[in-house]
Amino acid sequence: MSVTPLDAAGIGMPVEGTSLWKNARRRLLRNRAAMGGLVVLTIIAAMAILAPYLSAHAIDDISWDAISSPPDFAQGFYFGTDSNGRDLFVRTLYGARISLMVGILASIVSLVIGVIYGAVAGYLGGAIDNVMMRIVDILYSLPFMFFVILLTVFFGRNILLIFVAIGAVQWLDMARIVRGQTMALKHREFIEAAHAFGASSSAIVRRHIIPNLLGPVMVFVTLTVPQVILLESFLSFLGLGVQEPMTSWGVLISDGVKDMETAPWTLLFPATFLAVTLFSLNFLGDGLRDALDPKDR
Amino acid sequence: MTVSQELPAWKTGHQGPLLIVDQLVTRFATPDGTVSAVNGVSFEVSKGETIGIVGESGSGKSQVLMSIMGLLPHNGSSTGSVQFDGKELLGMPRDQLNKIRGTRMAMIFQDPMTALNPYLTVGQQLTEVLTYHLSTNPAMAREQAREVLEQVHIPEPGKRLGMYPHELSGGMRQRVMIAMGMLCRPDLLIADEPTTALDVTIQAEILDLLAEQQAVTGTSIILVTHDLGVVAGLCDRVMVMYGGRIVEQGPVRDIFYNPQHPYTRALLMSMPRLDDDLAGDLPTIAGQPPNLAHMPPGCAFAPRCSFVSEQCRLAVPPLREIAPGRAKACTLDRLVA
Repeated sequence: MSVTPLDAAGIGMPVEGTSLWKNARRRLLRNRAAMGGLVVLTIIAAMAILAPYLSAHAIDDISWDAISSPPDFAQGFYFGTDSNGRDLFVRTLYGARISLMVGILASIVSLVIGVIYGAVAGYLGGAIDNVMMRIVDILYSLPFMFFVILLTVFFGRNILLIFVAIGAVQWLDMARIVRGQTMALKHREFIEAAHAFGASSSAIVRRHIIPNLLGPVMVFVTLTVPQVILLESFLSFLGLGVQEPMTSWGVLISDGVKDMETAPWTLLFPATFLAVTLFSLNFLGDGLRDALDPKDR
Repeated sequence: MTVSQELPAWKTGHQGPLLIVDQLVTRFATPDGTVSAVNGVSFEVSKGETIGIVGESGSGKSQVLMSIMGLLPHNGSSTGSVQFDGKELLGMPRDQLNKIRGTRMAMIFQDPMTALNPYLTVGQQLTEVLTYHLSTNPAMAREQAREVLEQVHIPEPGKRLGMYPHELSGGMRQRVMIAMGMLCRPDLLIADEPTTALDVTIQAEILDLLAEQQAVTGTSIILVTHDLGVVAGLCDRVMVMYGGRIVEQGPVRDIFYNPQHPYTRALLMSMPRLDDDLAGDLPTIAGQPPNLAHMPPGCAFAPRCSFVSEQCRLAVPPLREIAPGRAKACTLDRLVA
């Protein structure tokens, strides 16, 4: 046994390194449900991006001779048309653009702000935590609709406002969850050990707290995305979200509900897309949580 | 065994004891009032020395360590003086303290099950210490981590580096903790009940390992335990703590064969011995440890002491020297067995 510090001769030997992310990717790739979800989401996203090239009709083309027509492949109305004679296929894909964008962007906003805010409040504790969480409480108590209406009055109607409004509200839940988890983690011995080995506070939060938060956070994000998509539908339904002729899944579904008895396809197709997307997101979220937990190999 | 003995200049600068703790008082502000966990503890640790701190739960032994390491919770505060290699640790800014913690002063925790981050591999946790403090490049850090795992007798160290803590046994994890402590070759290793959470068979191995590491690196060790057997095997000097004070200190053999404080004696008597006849009950110490929020004015052990006199209840007996290197805090001049 020899103690030779920085012995240059010994360095040549490669040691296989496995990082959390590398392992997680490998485990995710092996999870069939999660990979299925990922593939479906990728296909829907690709279709949304390529929407103008996939259909012969534009989003606001009105075909007077095909009002509320059932799916008709000869004319290129794959999903039929709505009560205004507009192609439902292209509208569903355009709707996917808005819904996925809102869902993903608002979730990322809530993830980033919520995790940082919650981790800092929980880790620092004491008076700082108190002030930070009271701010969250105040924001919580603002009525959401009032907030959105206020924003539209000040800035006019704009799709960006939906992101701002939803993002500003969604991070509050995340911050609370993360704070609670951080407070529980903070007193674990390995955090104390990290202090004893001279790690700075920021290093402890980055290296030790946040990775240990990933499990619950990941589950919460997969719950947030569908929630946000539904919230956007609600806003659009009230006329505060996207405006005609632009559309989203929420708008399409609420239109479809009106014509459900005479033209069921107007409800069926957008609702199927929404349901499949939400399913896929849940499978992917479950898979990610399992993949990120080293105990679950 | 080839050991590189050249110490960097900063390790040899200061003469005298490595650690001087003087009149350390640690208090906690709780909703029920102030709790004094440590009440004026003073001791020194020389280079290469192993000292043991013994006492039952709540005697303040762990809080002495936490005060030295600057790991007290927010409601705790220390007064007095803790000098490490000539530098005052109490009140030192965090960023300066962080340069000492981990590199010159390391700590081994009681429960290896919880003291390792479950989300990082053994290799990541070990190399973190090196890259963080010494800015070692990752490949070198990995090689050093592998070497140190080999030193603590972990088989297939290269493979273990890629494993997560939950894939290792308890004894293995404690070895990893020791490896982490030894990684930067600290001058002082603080071990807080390092064997309490382990099987008896593993305990002996871990203690041997600590002794072996000390022989190689010349580290000073402070070992805190409530297990007198652990102290007997490893330590040069022992301090017995009760109610946040040192009640007796001296060389380990003297303490064991000639305890001079009633508490030390009671503690030794309540330890099972293999050479005693096994019939009969093991003696216990009657009564409860003192409530640290409401300490009696006199000797903290007085309510449980069988030699108690009126004098004991009036004032705290000072720690006085009874022989070279030996001291006790008791009004009795001589404890007759």
